Amino acid sequence: MANVFHIVVCSGIVPDPLQTLEPAPGPTLKNEMMLPAVLDPWAASALYEGATLVAKHPGSKLWLVSLGPKAKLQQVMMTVGQKVPFDFVAVDGPLGGFTDAASTANALAEAITAIPGLDRTKLLLFGGWESASRGAGVTLQLAGELLGIGDQFQGVDEITVAEDGSFQVLERIEGGRHQQSQCQAAPAVLGWATGSLPEPRNSPQVGMANMRGIMPALQKAKSVKLDANGLTYASVSLPKQQRETRLVRDLAPDEIAREIVQWMAE
Amino acid sequence: MENILVLTHVDESGALSRASLEAVAAGVELTSALGATLAVGVVAANLSADITAQVAGLNARVLAATSPELAEPRFASDAAACEALCRAAAATIVFAPGSSRFTRVLPAVAHRLGGVTDTHITTLTNGAQVEATRWFYRQRVEAVITRTARPWFLLLDAGTRTPYEGSGATPVVEAVVFTMPALRTKVLGIKAPKQDEQTIRPDAKLLFVAGAGWTKKQADGQVHATDAEALILGFLRNADASLGSSKSLVDQSGENQSVLNFMTHLNQIGQTGATPRHAKGLSTCCHGEEPHVVGWRFVNERRAINLDANCGWARGKADVVYIADAFAVMARVNALLAEKK
Repeated sequence: MANVFHIVVCSGIVPDPLQTLEPAPGPTLKNEMMLPAVLDPWAASALYEGATLVAKHPGSKLWLVSLGPKAKLQQVMMTVGQKVPFDFVAVDGPLGGFTDAASTANALAEAITAIPGLDRTKLLLFGGWESASRGAGVTLQLAGELLGIGDQFQGVDEITVAEDGSFQVLERIEGGRHQQSQCQAAPAVLGWATGSLPEPRNSPQVGMANMRGIMPALQKAKSVKLDANGLTYASVSLPKQQRETRLVRDLAPDEIAREIVQWMAE
Repeated sequence: MENILVLTHVDESGALSRASLEAVAAGVELTSALGATLAVGVVAANLSADITAQVAGLNARVLAATSPELAEPRFASDAAACEALCRAAAATIVFAPGSSRFTRVLPAVAHRLGGVTDTHITTLTNGAQVEATRWFYRQRVEAVITRTARPWFLLLDAGTRTPYEGSGATPVVEAVVFTMPALRTKVLGIKAPKQDEQTIRPDAKLLFVAGAGWTKKQADGQVHATDAEALILGFLRNADASLGSSKSLVDQSGENQSVLNFMTHLNQIGQTGATPRHAKGLSTCCHGEEPHVVGWRFVNERRAINLDANCGWARGKADVVYIADAFAVMARVNALLAEKK
């Protein structure tokens, strides 16, 4: 029997990694709405892995659920929409890593529950194992818990589906190793690390097809307010990271090597 | 009054992990400062004398959830065990190591108990209330947070404090009974490179980072990826260093460019990679752009070898930058290290 999966990828949007960040009262980031944004990198890996799995298993479907201000979501989807085919579910809410993970998870779980035609017995809930904003590894896990999913995997680099619908997962563990597990069947939560797929090239055809769903999804995006859950910030600051760099020019490789070996021994 | 619970687990040796004992040390410190009660919860397949010796001398309840199914980390079994321990201790604050085993389950456990979770805690301070320091935006913004919600789970980054060393009377252990849920996941084992091919060594003093420059055309117009592999592996062997990489180098394997065969995404340091803790770091053939350098946040002394005097390392991100050919320098470094051995 063919295996059919309903894959829902949760992903936030984050400032482009090359942008300089500066905290502002709130806390928030200074000019956050003005910073160019991208799909959260590890969640983007989840999206590409999800699309590949859907392509391998006919009848499967892929949704991308994202929470953020509508205008920023639209901006990011102009690029992401050209990567792989998906149905978009937008949740209109605040941007940034300083919001509470549990509130974000609640909003995502509500949005997933409301997806028409989603069969939760076939659900693989994908996302990044940590975001590039809060970086806590909490949101996806809580969303899975709220959806009643009892099998979770985090730091996933590979999924291999067997003919009987069971699947093996490689999860990152300490020391550059992987734990290999076998799960009987969906539903399950997979928080992805890098996976093994490169970023797909932009495809205008995929973009055109996705855009037909993305714009209506943005228009009907439900607005949410995120509760702080008793979280307060005593301080938010940039680290002091400037070092007094000594530039060493015109030194022979032998001398540099001696200096490095001596430094290593100190 | 706060009830502090420190959740611990064993590692593959069957003893409590070093990170678990660091969490115990944090628990002892905060218990004393807050006038709280302390309990230690152990998740293990079975409780050995070695484990109880590790928590000897604690003025604390020691609770244990044991089951053969807890021999391997798995969400469903670990979550059930941790939930039972938290309920038995009536914990209001839970400290735990930020290991792969506990980061996989504890936010869900906190949710089951109506609590909240913060991870990657590097520092704990206590005044009128407990305050925790953690990083946001991948080590680019540092914040001190506090919570009124309880229970509050705090997962502590490894390597941030001295581990607890047990001595004195071994504690009486209270067994916590819990119901194991139906398990749909079977742990098959660990996949790891062979011992002599293992390039990631979290306990190494030195982090050696290779950038994409190792696989680019050199002065003779040729790519010398094989020479690069030999130099890098030779250095790792001689120096017992851990190997890191820039994103651009590990991405090359997916782009059909010259690659270093032993390099994987697990080696990647930076915004979409790891942030390891090492006393020293040596960067080679890497530009030192910000998305990579954020992964060096916890590397204390930093040196770099680069042909470009305007690279990121030279702009206040390294202590010393050698403007030189890394192929030539590392060949001589290897020779010196080999002589020493």
